[in-house]
Amino acid sequence: MHTKTNILNLPTDEFLHKGTRACAGCCLAIAYRIGLKALGENTILVVPPSCLTVLQGLYPIASTNVPCLNVTFASTAPAASGILAALRAQKKEGIQVAAWAGDGGTSDIGLQSLSGACERQDDFIFFCYDNEGYMNTGVQRSGTTPKGTLTANTPILGKMEEKKDLPAIMSAHGLSYMATASAAYPLDLYDKIMHAKRFSGVKYIHIHTPCPPGWGFDPSLGVHVGRLAVESGFFDLYEIENFQFRFTGASKKILEKRHLVPVQDYLGLQGRFKGMDPEAISQVQQRIDSKWERYFSISDRE
Amino acid sequence: MHRIESGNTAAAMGVRLSRAQVIAAYPITPQTPLTEKLAEYIEAGDMQAEYIPVESEHSAMAVCIAAASAGARAFTATSANGLLYMHEQIHWAAGARLPVVMCVVNRGVGAPWTVWNDHQDSMSQRDTGWIQIYVNDHQQIIDTVIKAFCLAEETSIPVMVCYDGYLLSHTYMPFDMPDQDKADRFLKPFEPEYALDPKMPANLNTVTLPETRMNIHGIESPGYMEFRARLQEDFMGAIDSVARIETQFSRIFGRFCDPYVEKYRMEDADTVAVSIGSLSYQFRDVVDALRAGGSKVGCMGVRLYRPFPSRAVAEALGAARKVAVFEKALSYGYQGPLHTDILGALYASKDRPAVYGHILGLGGRKIRTPDLVDAMKKVLAKPVGSQVRDEPMEWIGLKL
Repeated sequence: MHTKTNILNLPTDEFLHKGTRACAGCCLAIAYRIGLKALGENTILVVPPSCLTVLQGLYPIASTNVPCLNVTFASTAPAASGILAALRAQKKEGIQVAAWAGDGGTSDIGLQSLSGACERQDDFIFFCYDNEGYMNTGVQRSGTTPKGTLTANTPILGKMEEKKDLPAIMSAHGLSYMATASAAYPLDLYDKIMHAKRFSGVKYIHIHTPCPPGWGFDPSLGVHVGRLAVESGFFDLYEIENFQFRFTGASKKILEKRHLVPVQDYLGLQGRFKGMDPEAISQVQQRIDSKWERYFSISDRE
Repeated sequence: MHRIESGNTAAAMGVRLSRAQVIAAYPITPQTPLTEKLAEYIEAGDMQAEYIPVESEHSAMAVCIAAASAGARAFTATSANGLLYMHEQIHWAAGARLPVVMCVVNRGVGAPWTVWNDHQDSMSQRDTGWIQIYVNDHQQIIDTVIKAFCLAEETSIPVMVCYDGYLLSHTYMPFDMPDQDKADRFLKPFEPEYALDPKMPANLNTVTLPETRMNIHGIESPGYMEFRARLQEDFMGAIDSVARIETQFSRIFGRFCDPYVEKYRMEDADTVAVSIGSLSYQFRDVVDALRAGGSKVGCMGVRLYRPFPSRAVAEALGAARKVAVFEKALSYGYQGPLHTDILGALYASKDRPAVYGHILGLGGRKIRTPDLVDAMKKVLAKPVGSQVRDEPMEWIGLKL
C-alpha cells in the first residue's frame, strides 16, 4: 500500500495559476491542480481538445506552469508516445510524461490510439477526467454518460444506454497500475498518482469529475455531489496493481460497513436526471445493489 | 558507393543517412517496405532511432508531431488512404511549424480499392501547408530525403517527398549511396528554437483568438491570422531555400538538378509536355521520337509542387506556343490540379501559350509511350494561337 497524504503534508507548490478559464465550481480544476502537484515540475503534458484546453487559457496566456502540448482529439496517447520517443532519442531522463483527456477524448474518439499505446507499454500516465459528457461543446452525450441523463442531444428521453465501463476496458490491457479516483477526494487522487509514478508502461487514472453546468447543480456542491456518487455506490474507487484489485477510500468503507447511501440522494441533486421517473431511479438502485452484492460476496469468499 | 536497390530502400537509406531520431510506422502498400527496412536497420543496430509501431496513420503523425515538438528529427511514410487518414494531423504539423519529413509513395485512393499508382493521394493534400517535392528516380529519392530534412528544419515547414508507387517504390535501379560523412557535413543535427522542456514551460498550440492579444508583459501577440500569414510568407521564402540547399548539396556531393523543374530538350521547343514524377522521364522517349520526326518538342517535370515555383515555370514555358499537361490526379468538377497551376503561372506572360489538359494513369492504368506520342501529335496538329478556355481535357488510355 502507499502512503496517505493529508492536507498538512500536501506540497505547497502550485503549477496551476489562479484565475483559470474554468467554470465556477469546476471539479476538473480541483483534480488538475492536485494532479499537477503530484506529477511535479519535471513533467510534460499532453492535452487534446476538451474543457482542459479552455481551462489552460487562450494564447498568449496559459494557466499551467509546466510544458504542455495541445494535440488533436484522437491523438493524445500517441502524442505522449512521441514525446517519450524524442526524450529517449535525446537521452533526456527523469521527465514524467502525462496526458489529460476528457471522457469523450478517452472512451470515444481517443480509445483506439490509447489502446495502441497501452499495448506498446509506452511509459506515461493517462488521466481521463470523466465528467460524463461532451461538456466543452455544450453537454452532449458521450460513451460514459449514464443511462437516463438529459443532454443537449438526448434532450427529452435522456440517454437510453448504460455508461461505458471504461476502467474495465483499460484493465483488459493488463496495465501495471490503474486506478479510479474522484475529484471529490483529491488527496486519494494525489496518493494514487504518486503511486502510479513508480510503475512502468501506461498507467491509467480515471477521475470522476462533477460538472456544475453540465450536471445541473449549484457550483458550491461539486465535492458533495462527487462524494455522493461514491457513497451511493454509483461510482467505485479502486486500484489494480499488477492484476491485484483492491477497493480504496470511501468505496472500501462501503465494503467494510456494507452500507450504501440511496442513489436517489445523488441523482436528486442534479438537473440532468430530472427526466427519470421513480421506476427508472429504482432500476438504477437495483443495478447498484446487485453490483455491490457481487462485490460483497467476492469479499466474503476472500 | 553504387547500389542497386528498390526505391523504397533508397528512401530508407536516405532516412538513415539523415539520422532521423524518431520513426513512426503503420503498414500500407506500397510504402510498407520502406518502414520495414528502417525497422531492420534499427533492430540490427545499423541505425540509432526510436521506432514506434503505431496503430494507425493518424497516430503515426501524432508521434511525429510530438517528437518534433520535443526536439527530435521525426520521419514517417504512407500512401493513399493512410495519407488521407492522417489529413487532420497533416494540417496540424504544418500549423505547428514542425519540420517533419514524410515519404508519400503515391497510390490511387478508394473507393473502389486500388493499390496502384496515381497522384490523387498527395495532390489532395496540396493545401495543407506542407512542402511537396516529386521525384523521378532512385537517385533523386535518396538525395531528396536528405535535402528534405535540411529544407524542413531551415523553414520550419514539413516536407512530403512523393514518389510513384510500384513504378519507383518496387523497381530496382542503380544509384550512388552518399557517404555518411558527407551527409553529416550537409545535414547538421536538428536544433529547434524551442522544444518541450520542464525547465522552460510553454503551452503549445493553444486556442488562439481571431484578434491579436496582449501577453502578460503588455506586448501585442499574434492572432490566428498572423500565424497563417507567417506560414504563407515563410512558404514563399522556401522557394529560395530549395535552390540554396540544392547548391549546398551539389558542392558536397557533386550532383545538381534543377530544384524547381526538370527540362528536357526545351531550348527551341514550341510544344512542351508537362508532367510530374516518373511520367516526366517517360516523356523523354516521347520527345526523342517526335524530335526524330522533326517536331520541335520538349518536356518538363515539375519537381517542387508546393510552394509552386510559378516564376520558374513561366520562364521555362513562356517561349512555347503550346503546353500539354499530363497528370494522374483530378480536381473533380474542374480539371487536373497541375493544369490549373500551369495556367495560373502563365497568366501574366505576354503571348502566353495555349494549355491542353490530359488525364491518364488513374489507379495504375497502363501508360503506353505510343499513346503519349499520339496525344502529343494531336496537340501539335492544333492551330497555333488558339487560346484554350473551355476545351475539355483529354483522357488517355480510357477504354470504355
